[in-house]
Amino acid sequence: MESRVRVLFLITAVITLSGCAATKNLFGIGDDEAPPPTAEPPGQIIDPQVERREIKEPAIDREDFEVGAFAGIMNIEDFGSDAVYGVRIAYHVTEGFFVEATLGQSEASLTSFELLSGGARLFDDRTLTYYNLNLGYNVLPGEVFVGEGRAYNTNFYLIAGLGSTKFADDDRFTVNFGAGFRFLFTDSIAFHVDFRDHLFDIDILGREKTTHNLEGTIGMTVFF
Amino acid sequence: MSEPSTTTIPSTSRSSSSAWCVCLLALALLAIAPGPAEAAERELRKVAIADPYLEMHTGPGRGFPIFHVVDRGESVEIVMQRTDWYQVRTDRGVEGWVDQAQMELTLKPDGSEVDFARATLEDFTNAKWEAGILAGDFGGANIISLYGGYSLNPHVSIEVWGSQILGNFSNGWMGSVNVVHETWPDWRFSPFFTLGAGVIHTSPKSTIIQGDDRTDQVGHVGAGLRIYATRRFVFRVEYKSYVVFTSRDENEEVAEWKAGFAFFF
Repeated sequence: MESRVRVLFLITAVITLSGCAATKNLFGIGDDEAPPPTAEPPGQIIDPQVERREIKEPAIDREDFEVGAFAGIMNIEDFGSDAVYGVRIAYHVTEGFFVEATLGQSEASLTSFELLSGGARLFDDRTLTYYNLNLGYNVLPGEVFVGEGRAYNTNFYLIAGLGSTKFADDDRFTVNFGAGFRFLFTDSIAFHVDFRDHLFDIDILGREKTTHNLEGTIGMTVFF
Repeated sequence: MSEPSTTTIPSTSRSSSSAWCVCLLALALLAIAPGPAEAAERELRKVAIADPYLEMHTGPGRGFPIFHVVDRGESVEIVMQRTDWYQVRTDRGVEGWVDQAQMELTLKPDGSEVDFARATLEDFTNAKWEAGILAGDFGGANIISLYGGYSLNPHVSIEVWGSQILGNFSNGWMGSVNVVHETWPDWRFSPFFTLGAGVIHTSPKSTIIQGDDRTDQVGHVGAGLRIYATRRFVFRVEYKSYVVFTSRDENEEVAEWKAGFAFFF
């Protein structure tokens, strides 16, 4: 009986002591006795650095879009020539192909009939606005040389597309085609010279006919 | 009593003005010196050359001449990307354009291969977003359409369309929402079926008919083909049969043919 009590005592003592040993570090008493940190093999020290580098890797700046403005002269068939201005945005799909959306505006002068008849106008709103969705191809990429030490990249492109022209109170389905020259001052800034023909049907002068409306513009664009 | 106050006032004002000066100077320095964000922006991706040499062209195109060669083992920084061409800068500051095929043979600073993401047929099947431009014939009139689509899964997507209709007798616009089902989305020539509803607005041309503008509801069924061209480029051809629910006794039926191109991203 006595030995049983002694065994019980011993078990209680062992449990209490081990409990104390466990809680010792918890209260910061056993700081001095804390085991030294296990030394890592040198190979493992490098690993985290490699991972960090992968995360920090900067993204490559993509510059496939080109946006800009243009101004020039547009000849509206039967309505004289006037200033035209607009904006364009292009996306370069490959080194050859690009798609482009253009928005432009011009003003119609008086026809010979309106001038001679004196006062009688065919219609009041003389503004012409158009939009186009085009596909272009850089048919002649190249370089031009300015003096001895400078070379600039250029592109001669052909372009065609569809759109709508709002003129003489109606929207008119418009086909346009032309060619242009892109001169890159830097890799991101370009100067354009463009020549386009806008074809649309008009019946304002009696019978319906297809008109050619020629447009010549210069412009600036920025790649981003 | 007034004397100390007069002496203290200028001294305090002087100290505050000098504090302002310091602040302004600090601001000016901050404005001039690149901030941490800006410095991070200028940090460029660096790659080591694994091919025997890296050819640098004067422009982003096959025709531009090679003017500089970087040897194996040297490294270059990537300045920017345009289509399939990368502008790189050598350690000595020489800048030129390198094509994707050669860039794929470069290595990261840790020696692993560089992954230059390039859209593939797999992306054509799995891409979430798509946008495109189509044009064609809408019951004898010309039609120009823009659309944007979102894929719920490779088979089913939802598209929103906006169209301008330019006819001989009337003009108008149409907006619709479509559900598109692709039976074999992993095929290069992927056929699809579509079902949708929307609104059509027509106004007679000013010179021909004196009539009223009309806005009607439309429903349509259709079928077509999406053709993977290259990179993110898709050709698309489709036929749709529309029913215009007019306020008159009879509904109008219009057939539409369209072709165009689209991008996925």
